[in-house]
Amino acid sequence: MERKIRVLVAKPGLDGHDRGAKVIARALRDAGMEVIYTGLRQTPEQIVTAAIQEDVDVIGLSCLSGAHNHLFPRVVELLKEQQAEDILVIGGGVIPDTDIPGLKEAGIKEIFTPGTSMQDVIAFVEANVSKED
Amino acid sequence: MSARKTNWQEAFLSGDVRALARALSAAENEPTIVQDFLREHSQRLGRAHIIGITGPPGAGKSTLTGRLATELANRGFSLGLLLVDPSSPFTGGAILGDRLRLPEVAYHPRVFVRSMSSRGSMGGLSKATNDAIKLLDAFGKDIIIIETVGTGQSETDIISVADSVVVVAVPGLGDDIQAMKAGILEIADLFVVNKADREGAEKTERELRNMLKMQPNSSDWSIPVIKTVAIKDEGIAELADQLLAHYEYLQSSGLLLEQRAARTRAELGELLRSQLMREIDSLIGPARYEELAQEVVGGKRSVYDAAYELWQQFLGQITSNQ
Repeated sequence: MERKIRVLVAKPGLDGHDRGAKVIARALRDAGMEVIYTGLRQTPEQIVTAAIQEDVDVIGLSCLSGAHNHLFPRVVELLKEQQAEDILVIGGGVIPDTDIPGLKEAGIKEIFTPGTSMQDVIAFVEANVSKED
Repeated sequence: MSARKTNWQEAFLSGDVRALARALSAAENEPTIVQDFLREHSQRLGRAHIIGITGPPGAGKSTLTGRLATELANRGFSLGLLLVDPSSPFTGGAILGDRLRLPEVAYHPRVFVRSMSSRGSMGGLSKATNDAIKLLDAFGKDIIIIETVGTGQSETDIISVADSVVVVAVPGLGDDIQAMKAGILEIADLFVVNKADREGAEKTERELRNMLKMQPNSSDWSIPVIKTVAIKDEGIAELADQLLAHYEYLQSSGLLLEQRAARTRAELGELLRSQLMREIDSLIGPARYEELAQEVVGGKRSVYDAAYELWQQFLGQITSNQ
């Protein structure tokens, strides 16, 4: 049977803008992936619990509140605590270029800022998820 | 990394949540591994109360499932939830959004939630659902709740896996109860009229009760009709009470074992059929199928004749192999 890439799309933080997250969710679905969409205002703890229960390959975080420098690294940290650091974490939203190196250093594999094409996101996920297992 | 993904068995037995999650993925991707595991640990099966929740799209099944799970978890039960959503017939992808509707319970320490894509199955569940239920059972969950994809008239797969089936109706859906055709109405052990604060709730409830009166009912269980407003937590405690009462009834009447035996017979038939098909495929091969299909389409023989010929050929092969 064919293995499907499973992605958790989550919105940490308190902003109520989930359009970007929904657009990404649809694009990934249309690329044949299974997308678990958890909605607004999730804490990093909730995101990591869901990711583990759902056994996802990727967590896609979307944040427009400006709190990404705190929230994104916290997700990576909690994954490490659960020995689940093999889950790929990517992020998107309104993120200043100057923040990106720090986020990558904290373990976010890639940051997609407004204007990124969906094809680029899909290609990145497909290239970085190991299918051999 | 790869080793941990495939070696979940030992951790599973010691109650590791991540291993359970891995096992559920295996049920979808490599079912034979899971079946071997379950074969070895069959004594861990048959202990959970399996509840199915079904009904038309938009009836509020996810919210109801979430509230019911909260109620049962607060009463001390450990729960596994399987939420099945449809997959795209074109790409095979899926957006699984049921978690959206059960925000708090999904993070309760006694609750494990898993979203599943129907992966093209048509009966309201996915092929892997049955094995997924068994894994949650073997893991030691007291109660397993399965929420099906939104069903219409004939998606009645849920009775082949659940001990107690809840059919959720809402006021003002099409031509009311008539729109829920025989199939889905007949599988209910409990009815819920959700969104009961809406206009028409009494009418829907009355219609369900009338319909139940007209149905021949030989059992001692009288099917309750419960009004709920899931989003406000109304009627949820009663639903939980009635579900537990139904399970007790199944146990004390001996029906639980009877139902499970019937399900097992069906499952045995299914397993043997697929085993047989695999044998036939490997002994005869796809080329012969294609040849015969062409002959049928070309009008040279009937499909019944072609099937008979394949069967004879298969029998010939096994006798000569012995």
